Amino acid sequence: MISYSVEKEYQEMVDAYEKAGGDKSALLGEDIARLVIHENKVLGTDEAEGIKIETEETETGVNVYLLVEEGVKIKRPVHLCFGVLPQEGLQEIILKVNAQDNSEVNVIAHCIFPNAIKVIHKMDADIEIGNNARFDYTETHYHGEFGGIEVIPKARIKVGEGGVWQSAFTLKQGLVGKLDYDFEVFCQDKGVAELVVKVYGKGHDDIKVWEKIHLNGAGARGLAKSRLVLSDKATAEVKGETYGNAPHARGHVDCIELVNGEEALAKAIPIVSVTNGKAKVTHEAAIGSIDRRQVETLMARGLDEDEAVDVIVRGILR
Amino acid sequence: MLEVEHLQLALNGKSIIDDLTVHVSKGEIHGILGENGTGKTTIAYLIMGVNNYKPTGGRMIFEGQDIADLSVSQRAKKGISLAWQEPARIEGLKVEDYLRLSGKNSGIESVRRYLQMVGLEPSQYLDRDIDGTLSGGERKRIELASVLAMQPKLAILDEPDSGIDIISLPFIMNGIIEMNKQGSSVLLITHNERVVDIAHKVSVLCAGKIIRTGEPAETSLWFKDNCRACVHINEPVEEG
Repeated sequence: MISYSVEKEYQEMVDAYEKAGGDKSALLGEDIARLVIHENKVLGTDEAEGIKIETEETETGVNVYLLVEEGVKIKRPVHLCFGVLPQEGLQEIILKVNAQDNSEVNVIAHCIFPNAIKVIHKMDADIEIGNNARFDYTETHYHGEFGGIEVIPKARIKVGEGGVWQSAFTLKQGLVGKLDYDFEVFCQDKGVAELVVKVYGKGHDDIKVWEKIHLNGAGARGLAKSRLVLSDKATAEVKGETYGNAPHARGHVDCIELVNGEEALAKAIPIVSVTNGKAKVTHEAAIGSIDRRQVETLMARGLDEDEAVDVIVRGILR
Repeated sequence: MLEVEHLQLALNGKSIIDDLTVHVSKGEIHGILGENGTGKTTIAYLIMGVNNYKPTGGRMIFEGQDIADLSVSQRAKKGISLAWQEPARIEGLKVEDYLRLSGKNSGIESVRRYLQMVGLEPSQYLDRDIDGTLSGGERKRIELASVLAMQPKLAILDEPDSGIDIISLPFIMNGIIEMNKQGSSVLLITHNERVVDIAHKVSVLCAGKIIRTGEPAETSLWFKDNCRACVHINEPVEEG
């Protein structure tokens, strides 16, 4: 329900989202569970059957409690929209999620900061995925061209027996600014965790990505995957950690960073550890310039070099 | 259409291509047969202009213009294309998108047809990435389909049969015939004398030099008799 006093602000958020390339029907359609927050103001909350969203505005942001009830499978995606439209501002989102046993939900978060010159967006999330529950979480950022933003998403996720957590964090539109991403997942028996991060760094962007997966239960599986492309003077450090602590746990760290230019800087630190003889964790990390063979393959089909590089970059960040 | 005249390439003082002359006529499938290390892939790279290869001598004339100083893109825009012996894998690029960009935004029906021409069921491949999840044979068939989609005036096919299983080979051969029917001339580079059965003319390559050109059956037989058990290890000898 959107109150009259915030209707204009809500519309501004929707307009900014659409201008950034988003599909505004996600924020305006009916029968969709959603939550729209501008700075520290809750502009709109709509629940759907089986999902409860409670909010509490604070001085610097909003506390959000999201509950998916036991056994409920939410058919349509739940949309969260966070944003700061002015050039300066602070938004701290404290998110607590409880996806109860046997529930299923797909949550899509849209984070909009089109004018940021001095903006900080923090998210601190505690997420519990029940036994045999499934939680898909996609977070897409839409940034402006000023680069004056600091994004600090942190999450601790506990996945119950047979539960599934899949998340994808994407930041490829506009300048990243400063990113400090830190997600840590703990999986019980046969729990599954998949963390994917895709970022396109340009200008003077400063990117830190830290993905940690603890496979604590028998048969748990995890994938920490990151894809970064760096141009100009962007720098990135990616840490992918996976710990196999139980029998038949299987984990993989998969990091690719492409450096497009002379001054960008990339670093990858994969850490794999096994404390149980029947666990297996593998890793692959590759840092390098864009593969010449790939570029020439596309040029041999008539693309100019810049077009070919663009196709390759879009592919890796897809 | 393509006249390669007295082409030379030396790398680090070593001659790789040595006074190579070959002509490909419009509408022709011209086979180049050579054993390993004779310079087959180097010829493909030189004509396409990839891998930073630039001739150290001779000329490459395509439709009346010397192409030696043109970029890969410029050569492609003039109508030359290359199917690589080991095609690149590109994460996140879907088969459909690859074929569409190859065919200057071909429609979906055309894309489906090109996949069928190389024996791939479109519904199983359109949505797949051209990455490491494809087998070598699948990737090569998709590479051929992408050249079919491009409909170049001249298609350079570098060992289209290598790494291909016996079931896939007829599809590759069919794709080459279809390519030629569409109007593309083909420079068919291979070490397999059976593959050049579909050619109109065949040249034999030894140590970076064309040492014989003729009808496919007769030239393949000569290659089999003289090059399969090469006794002079890539040093061309005078016919005697």
